Amino acid sequence: MSATAFLVAATFLASAVEAVEALTIVLAVGLTHGWRTALLGVLAGSLALAAIVALLGPALVSVIHLEQLQIVIGVLLLIFGLQWLRKAIQRSAGQRAMHDEDAIFQREVAALGATPDPVKSDIDWNGFVVSFKGVFLEGLEVVFIVLTFAASRGADALGPAILGAVLAFVLVCAVGAVVHRPLARVPENTIKWVVAVLLISFGTFWGGEGIGVEWSLGDLTIPVLAAVYAVAGLALTSMLARRTAALRMRTEGAAR
Amino acid sequence: MKYITGFAMFWWDFIVGDSIALAIGGLAVLLVAAGLVRADQQMAVQLAMPLIVIATLAVSLLRGDT
Repeated sequence: MSATAFLVAATFLASAVEAVEALTIVLAVGLTHGWRTALLGVLAGSLALAAIVALLGPALVSVIHLEQLQIVIGVLLLIFGLQWLRKAIQRSAGQRAMHDEDAIFQREVAALGATPDPVKSDIDWNGFVVSFKGVFLEGLEVVFIVLTFAASRGADALGPAILGAVLAFVLVCAVGAVVHRPLARVPENTIKWVVAVLLISFGTFWGGEGIGVEWSLGDLTIPVLAAVYAVAGLALTSMLARRTAALRMRTEGAAR
Repeated sequence: MKYITGFAMFWWDFIVGDSIALAIGGLAVLLVAAGLVRADQQMAVQLAMPLIVIATLAVSLLRGDT
């Protein structure tokens, strides 16, 4: 394999890993908060990234400290994911209504005495921020990969390095377009449950990396963390379901 | 002023939501991790981070935050 082909393949693979991570978050937001919200986050994240790259160019690597960005985004994803997982567990355990957010929204609309604005109600700003951050951070990592891979091989290497990253982006977008329809058929609370586990896993991984944790399994740590959190989440759901059922029986017994 | 309040409320809702235990736990995870990294305990930090995350979630659920 020639040096150029090797460079294209290397940036393709490294960029594909980052693009898949971004796609996971965008799919998660799209399935739970709507595609308009998710795609607006993608657009805003891409524009912010393009502006930074256009402004700083190759000097980007020395100006932006990826670690600090990872800490901020990691802790926010961690907390947001924990909030989602807690609600999803409470719903699965019967402690919270399955569609309580819809009910709260309808109550608020009724209280305001207005019909919902179809444009405004389509965008969920929490979902937008998650989608934006996912695309922005992962996109920035791809830019760093391209610049560092190219820098190690001389000025002519920038073109092939960009080609590898673009090919990865196109392939991952195509995969996302294919898988989003079958995923939409999964029950809403199950999706929220899985998405929350993924957000917590990404949050732990990125936050840790930013602080200086050298994860033994590298990027493979993310699925391992997701498996650990899924098992813990299932155990907590079962425990809470038993507790809720026992409480209900006591309440019904007292009422008789 | 309305926009500043709205912006602050958005981030408060995003970070704290309806369970302050989760926000505190999320920050505690990174503080403990930073301490362990500083002490060069790379293996311990990889175990401690997910354990604190799970403990935070359990505490929030058992407290009955809604």
